[in-house]
Amino acid sequence: MTAWRRFTRNRLAVVGLALIVVLALSAVLAPWLAPYDPTRQSLVEKRSKPGGKYWLGADEFGRDILSRVIYGSRVALLVGVLSVLIALAGGLVLGTMSGFFGGWLDAVLMRGIEILLAFPYLLLALAIVAAMGTGALNTTIAVGVWGIPTVTRMVRGSVLALRETEYVGAARALGAATPALLRRHILPNVIPGLVVYATLFMANAILLEAALSFLGLGVQPPTASWGLMVSTGRDVLLVAPHVATVPGIAIMVAVLAFNLVGDGLRDALDPRMRGSA
Amino acid sequence: MLTFVVRRLLLAVPVLLGVVFVVMLTVDLLPGDAVTLMLGEHATQDAVAKLRDHLGLDKPFLVRYLEYVGRVARGDLGRSIQQNRPVAAELADAWPATLQLTVAALVLAAVAGIVAGVASAVWPNSFFDALARLGSLFGLSMPIFWTGLVLIVVFSLWLNWLPVGGAGSLTHLVLPAVTLALPSVAMISRMTRAAVLDVLREDYVRTARAKGVGEFWVLGRHALRNAFIPILTLLGLQSGQLMGGAVLTETVFAWPGLGRLMVKAIFARDYILLQGAVLVFALAFVVINLLVDLSYGLLDPRIGRQG
Repeated sequence: MTAWRRFTRNRLAVVGLALIVVLALSAVLAPWLAPYDPTRQSLVEKRSKPGGKYWLGADEFGRDILSRVIYGSRVALLVGVLSVLIALAGGLVLGTMSGFFGGWLDAVLMRGIEILLAFPYLLLALAIVAAMGTGALNTTIAVGVWGIPTVTRMVRGSVLALRETEYVGAARALGAATPALLRRHILPNVIPGLVVYATLFMANAILLEAALSFLGLGVQPPTASWGLMVSTGRDVLLVAPHVATVPGIAIMVAVLAFNLVGDGLRDALDPRMRGSA
Repeated sequence: MLTFVVRRLLLAVPVLLGVVFVVMLTVDLLPGDAVTLMLGEHATQDAVAKLRDHLGLDKPFLVRYLEYVGRVARGDLGRSIQQNRPVAAELADAWPATLQLTVAALVLAAVAGIVAGVASAVWPNSFFDALARLGSLFGLSMPIFWTGLVLIVVFSLWLNWLPVGGAGSLTHLVLPAVTLALPSVAMISRMTRAAVLDVLREDYVRTARAKGVGEFWVLGRHALRNAFIPILTLLGLQSGQLMGGAVLTETVFAWPGLGRLMVKAIFARDYILLQGAVLVFALAFVVINLLVDLSYGLLDPRIGRQG
């Protein structure tokens, strides 16, 4: 059975994929889908309850929450995808160098990675944002850099294993140059494992962006970021709990979707892992 | 045993030195003048010069780094610019609250996660199993700060059972600890389920069953004991997750711990305080994982202490 067949037989994974398609569509079509301008304020209608004119209610400034949730998917997906790319690019380069060339380069790189992994979750990203300042771009960089150590370790592990395989040895014996060896024989076998990781990392990247924005250290107002929306709703929790809770559901659905697809991909690409973890 | 502990602690030293290096370097790479950013545009020349001198900013980065490390080795973490107090005093005030919160969350997560995971593995594909697996998917996907707010709305504002925030009594601890524990419950129950399922397929479990050992003892003496090693590793890694989560949970619940102190330090651009706080978190993370490594030997006599 092909991997794709195995993937589609996993109902939860298909649900996840469908949710990702919806998210992507809402990000691309935001200007046509959103009923109102996400930054348009209407102070007389502030904190409107869900239902009525505003389907999901209005926030502290009378902005339509549904429109802001739709526009927020742009921030979440854009920051997510770009930070995944940063993590993958950085991790691929460092991990391949470390695993393929070994020696002192490997030793130095691995000690560096160990140090970065000694930062408890979130703290490395916090330190980067603290130094570089807030904003969507810096948040993306912080989230991406946060992912580099793990990707590096994964890539290094697979490159080390592949380097010793017979077909790589054979290619080398036939005179393949290092770049060709890497491109033709090693990287194509590293990538599939990374696809699973990238999907699961995407879920974490969305969570991390939301967390940084919630703390006020990520995407800045008036941009519609889900984490930021939850943070604004915090001040009116008692009188209008929907302002904080609705955008949180959007975060949860997006993260859930990528987790489901990531789990499904892992099971489909590596049937031995099925049912575990 | 002692030599193993000492060796592992010595190995942690370069890692911690590296952590300080990374944090100082990120701050150093900061565009613009750090002092002006800290004191604001309208600071007097005198104040700027004083702070520059205090931070030693006229010296090269490496000299400053070595000086800082030397001071830290003597227990001097510098002075917080914002609070005008020694950083060590600020950290000493804050860490017990964070310890209380993370330990409570870790215990809660371990107990709930292991119980749910074992139950799932013992009755695989049952209704409970499906429920637990679905629950753990949601647990992993909910942003922790949002879970905290939802719990506040339900239990503090609607039901009026528990306080909204702050610290002081056991009732103050309940909501933050549950909030912080939830993602870890999800991780631990998934991992436990997989580990127990694996062990239950082993020959020695079949042998134990064949010789008439009761199902309770099969689980307790054979399955769980062996499944514990991967679970323990995960607990060590989860402690890092919990410390990061503590930053968010403490912010949501106004819990007076290290995480909130750190966020305040970032907003105040109090980098000396920030460095100290990060150092404490990294140290705690290293020590916890050392403890995890040590406990392997207790669970599995085959694992030697040569490390």
